[in-house]
Amino acid sequence: MHAVILGCGRVGATLGLMLEAAGHSVSVIDRDREAFRRLGQHFKGKTILGIGIDEDVLKKAGIERARAFAATTSGDNSNIMSAQIAKVKYKVPRVIARIYDPLRAEAYKELGIDTISPTLLSAGLCLDFFLERPFRTVVEYQALPEILAHS
Amino acid sequence: MYVIVVGGGKVGYYLTKALVSAGLEVTVIEKQRRRYELLQEEFGDAAFLGDGCEVRTLEQAGAPRADLLAAVTGDDEDNLVSCQMAKRKFKVKRVIARINNPKNEVTFQMLGIDETVSSTKLIYSLIEQEVEVADVIPLTALRRGNLELVEVALPKTSPIVNRRVRDIALPQNCTLALLVRGDDAQVIDGDTTLRAGDLIVAITPSGHVLEFRAAMLGKAITTPP
Repeated sequence: MHAVILGCGRVGATLGLMLEAAGHSVSVIDRDREAFRRLGQHFKGKTILGIGIDEDVLKKAGIERARAFAATTSGDNSNIMSAQIAKVKYKVPRVIARIYDPLRAEAYKELGIDTISPTLLSAGLCLDFFLERPFRTVVEYQALPEILAHS
Repeated sequence: MYVIVVGGGKVGYYLTKALVSAGLEVTVIEKQRRRYELLQEEFGDAAFLGDGCEVRTLEQAGAPRADLLAAVTGDDEDNLVSCQMAKRKFKVKRVIARINNPKNEVTFQMLGIDETVSSTKLIYSLIEQEVEVADVIPLTALRRGNLELVEVALPKTSPIVNRRVRDIALPQNCTLALLVRGDDAQVIDGDTTLRAGDLIVAITPSGHVLEFRAAMLGKAITTPP
């Protein structure tokens, strides 16, 4: 399948390499040319310089035939917006957005965008590690804890 | 009426100022401390420090009771998120988003944000109009129904000068609404007699601007290339 990854940071680049190793076609978008270096010399996929909320850029990356889209920029809002474009306009079947803010991640999950919040994941893992508890599932980590739910 | 403005930059600042002058209750949310402090000096408690895309900030700024939220930051994606949060999480009745990339108008509408304002588009359409129709000046495009509000100054050579409005043949669905003569403004009705030098504000369908111009100014309609 063809996958489009927005953001060639550590996560985007690692994901891109993993997908390619698994035999899939990959395009990576980033607004900083230097970021593509993370893909290394053997990356066979396409790199597109630009921002992910610009549909011309998404089309160049092959969003129209993509079956997977991951938004992994450092900006939650860019990730949210591009994920929605991928899902609602281009009907990409599997769309995921990385969102640091747990409340925003929760809100957009309610709107039907799959989100992954590394904040909750990392904090939860550390907690279980400290308390010497067995690790839980991703879904369990992504559940918004009470302390964050109320201001 | 309670309005929340997200973004305390130039647009947000002047918008807040105008709304406050109009007597509305306003909160302007700004995330940069330095900018917030300037806003606080001028607007006092109406300024709020925080990220207007965050649920908690919107809640604390009173989003649940807001009648309208205007997201006017310089970043389209931030404005999208603020508006979506306000609408879906807090059920704010009306949301308006500033957009910088005119192409995002369609995207925002697809994502549920109907009211967007793009200064790029406004200026572009003025330029477009200026090229086609130099003396009928577009004031605003009315969102639904493809109608435009235009302004035209009547020269001495206009065929409709010294005539009553009811005797003038205007293109279909064009209405002469307001007349500015000297320092006075008056609503136009059928008995109003137009004079040279009058400034007319009229409503005309977008497709009939050229015909409207011909009716008002007497110039031959040039067929578009």
